[in-house]
Amino acid sequence: MKWYMLTLVGKDRPGIVAHVTSALFEGGCNLGETSMLRLGGNFTIMMMVSFNGNKHALQDMITGVAESLGLQVHIDAIDAKLHQHIEPDVSITVYGADRAGIVAKVTGALSEVGFHILDLESDVGGTEAQPIYVMYIDGKANEGIEAVEATLDLIRQEGIEVHLTPIDTMVG
Amino acid sequence: MTLLTVLTYPDPQLKIESEPVSKFDDALRIFIADLEQTMRASPGGVGIAAPQVGCTQRIVIVDVSSKPKIQQHGRLILINPEIEQWEGMAKGREGCMSVPDFTGNVIRAERIHLKAQDEFGEFHQYDMQGYEARAVQHECDHLDGLLFLDRLVSRRHDLFPRKKV
Ligand SMILES: [Zn+2]
Repeated sequence: MKWYMLTLVGKDRPGIVAHVTSALFEGGCNLGETSMLRLGGNFTIMMMVSFNGNKHALQDMITGVAESLGLQVHIDAIDAKLHQHIEPDVSITVYGADRAGIVAKVTGALSEVGFHILDLESDVGGTEAQPIYVMYIDGKANEGIEAVEATLDLIRQEGIEVHLTPIDTMVG
Repeated sequence: MTLLTVLTYPDPQLKIESEPVSKFDDALRIFIADLEQTMRASPGGVGIAAPQVGCTQRIVIVDVSSKPKIQQHGRLILINPEIEQWEGMAKGREGCMSVPDFTGNVIRAERIHLKAQDEFGEFHQYDMQGYEARAVQHECDHLDGLLFLDRLVSRRHDLFPRKKV
């Protein structure tokens, strides 16, 4: 079996996941990890699909259902394996008055201390006049939590609120 | 001592409700020693319950003393444990020796009051919180045939703030 990354993008509507996964299942595919997001009425899903055929065959299998749902399809053959999860050990939340560059600033600082971002999501709340920017990040502090705290302190001095919570996974 | 085989999902024995322990004898204490060794042989394992090795008896071991800077009671042998009081709720990430390569968020009580017997049948009472309370709740679930998979909540969204900051 070969692994493919199947990415679908389009306008959100009910039943997309059900239709797409049925087509894949009937075509003999297996699903690995998947991640769906809905942003501003738009829909996207990334799916690890294992399939015993080539990219063209997978494309043919999915084209009909994707067109009927108004979705754009992107397929990549990928070098992937299941059972290779990286466990996050830090959760970071950031908020501040909306301004350009806040994501770049925070992620740039994190990258300098070897922080591996595993999950990131950002949102805008508040009002149009006074937006509030909120960001959630889960990741792995490859050089230790102290290094992350130190770099976040510098960010805090710029008036951005940053909270760090260690994720201590309990295994029992 | 013997390392015991840890059963993994979907082994049906993990879904069985365990029986109370009534005989506090040498055989029990030998089993507990094996169970503890099995827990310590598992990387990162801070707790184990007897049904995880196929023994459906109400026996749990928890030891979170490897975690720095938390309130804890050290090595705990908990037989016929009963959680008598729950307080507060917290979301935290859990994994399980019986569910390899998967972790997820579970909501647990932040503080619990627990009654349990030790390996000699003596009764003890404990007040626990945080990580240790989470471990005990996870293990007690095993005694009722429940896995943390039965209690998963969203990975992505906090239903409420993780902790007061
Ligand atoms: Zn477990």
